[in-house]
Amino acid sequence: MSGAWWPTADMTTLRDRARLIARVRAFFAERDVLEVETPILGQGGSTDIHLASLSAWARTAAGRQRLWLRTSPEFHMKRLLAAGSGPIYQLAKSFRDGEVGRRHNVEFTMLEWYRPGFSLPALMEETAALIRELLSDTLLPGEQGPPRCHAYRELFHEHLEIDPFNVSLERLRRLAAERGFMPKGALDDEPRETCLDLLMSLVIEPTLGWAKENQKEGQGELSAVVDYPASQAALARRHVDAYGDEVASRFELYFQGVELANGYDELVDPTEQQARFDADNAARRRLGFDEIDVDTRLVAALAHGLPEGSGVALGLDRLIQLALDKPRLSDVLSFDTPGC
Amino acid sequence: MANYSTNEFKGGLKVMLDGDPCSIVSNELVKPGKGQAFNRVKLRNLMTGRVWERTFKSGESLEGADVMELEMEYLYTDGDMWYFMRTDGSFEQYAVEKRALGDDEKWLKEQVPYTVTLWNDNAIQVTPPNFIELEVTETDPGLKGDTAQGGSKPATLSSGAVVRVPLFINEGEVLKVDTRTGEYVSRA
Repeated sequence: MSGAWWPTADMTTLRDRARLIARVRAFFAERDVLEVETPILGQGGSTDIHLASLSAWARTAAGRQRLWLRTSPEFHMKRLLAAGSGPIYQLAKSFRDGEVGRRHNVEFTMLEWYRPGFSLPALMEETAALIRELLSDTLLPGEQGPPRCHAYRELFHEHLEIDPFNVSLERLRRLAAERGFMPKGALDDEPRETCLDLLMSLVIEPTLGWAKENQKEGQGELSAVVDYPASQAALARRHVDAYGDEVASRFELYFQGVELANGYDELVDPTEQQARFDADNAARRRLGFDEIDVDTRLVAALAHGLPEGSGVALGLDRLIQLALDKPRLSDVLSFDTPGC
Repeated sequence: MANYSTNEFKGGLKVMLDGDPCSIVSNELVKPGKGQAFNRVKLRNLMTGRVWERTFKSGESLEGADVMELEMEYLYTDGDMWYFMRTDGSFEQYAVEKRALGDDEKWLKEQVPYTVTLWNDNAIQVTPPNFIELEVTETDPGLKGDTAQGGSKPATLSSGAVVRVPLFINEGEVLKVDTRTGEYVSRA
């Protein structure tokens, strides 16, 4: 095809995409989960130091104000939950500045849903069921049920022979630089988390979600990672694992080396929530990043009371890309960001 | 030169790494579900031709490299340096060191256009055309009637390259050769 105006996906793919999205809606309709739409613009943005938010200036009744484009629909959905919505889901256009690649686009569709009263394992099983609904039997054969679960610590043991909770920072930096083909000392100023993230992304993730020995080429399986270090909790609760270390009550699901979904046992404590926002912004100041306006209305909603339960965010474009076996994310988007 | 951030790295972009000019071969963003994103980058070192792999934290940047590719005709050598001339009508000449030619010295022929890579206006790499026509200067006598099948023999070409040719080829014949594989293609 030619011309800069041309769509990045072909028409057959767009029809397949529509069919898959209809199946997502049917999945939630059967389970009595309500579809909602929440604002793309918000007064508060994500403070996470690893997410770059876009913002826009708007003239509103309140005057000229800076509004943030959501990096996920989490804050508004939690405000609905606190107001008594019950289980909800959303197909949410979200934005992350600078994320460009074979599996990333600045603007993307997040499928996010919340299940009041669900434990983390129960939500993990439901997430697996949704993924099975979209991936064909040829890609993902086998029975329903929970995905194969790996603790973060065990994966580091198995692939790198270190304990990520106790290894010395010096050794961790050396190992990460070596595995990242970086010059010696390249990570000497980096914190523990950066080194762990590098090893997780480059060494461990590519091995997750592949078929066991007796399956055919091209097939995969669903793998879950649980019990992340507490510092990687984001908006999840924390608990103490069997080794006595504090870990995040979180899971991530992988298929064929690709991270698809990120689930939380949701933090419901407003004081803790405010403290995490403040800690993020303090880190942003230290690193010279822009500070992000905190969503004080989310904190107020938690003070009112968020029902206990679990929530998950799934990269829908990425799942469609895998389901349709396309090499690039832009192949399943009508127009990718460079072509918009 | 401008600086380029990891999200601008794409195939063919020329950047400086560890003091050498490099061409980006591929760039992949990798990111755990939560946490620091990285770019896994493959670069070809234009001085050595070797491909390097290197991981960068997303958002890091590299200085651009002042690299150009120009078409030039080979003129002659004085034994020390090899001389090329731009084909754009400027008649500007460049002296090229042996290091930039590497193994491709054996494909040099006067008046043939080559791609010369310049870094800060110095030639660092010479790439021959994919196919070149060269005369056979030395080979065993051809075998009559053996035009159809089987067998090959070495032949030395006017540029000094030695290639395997079919048995029926004789000295003085001009052959078409693939410079990428060093293989005989046909009689020219």
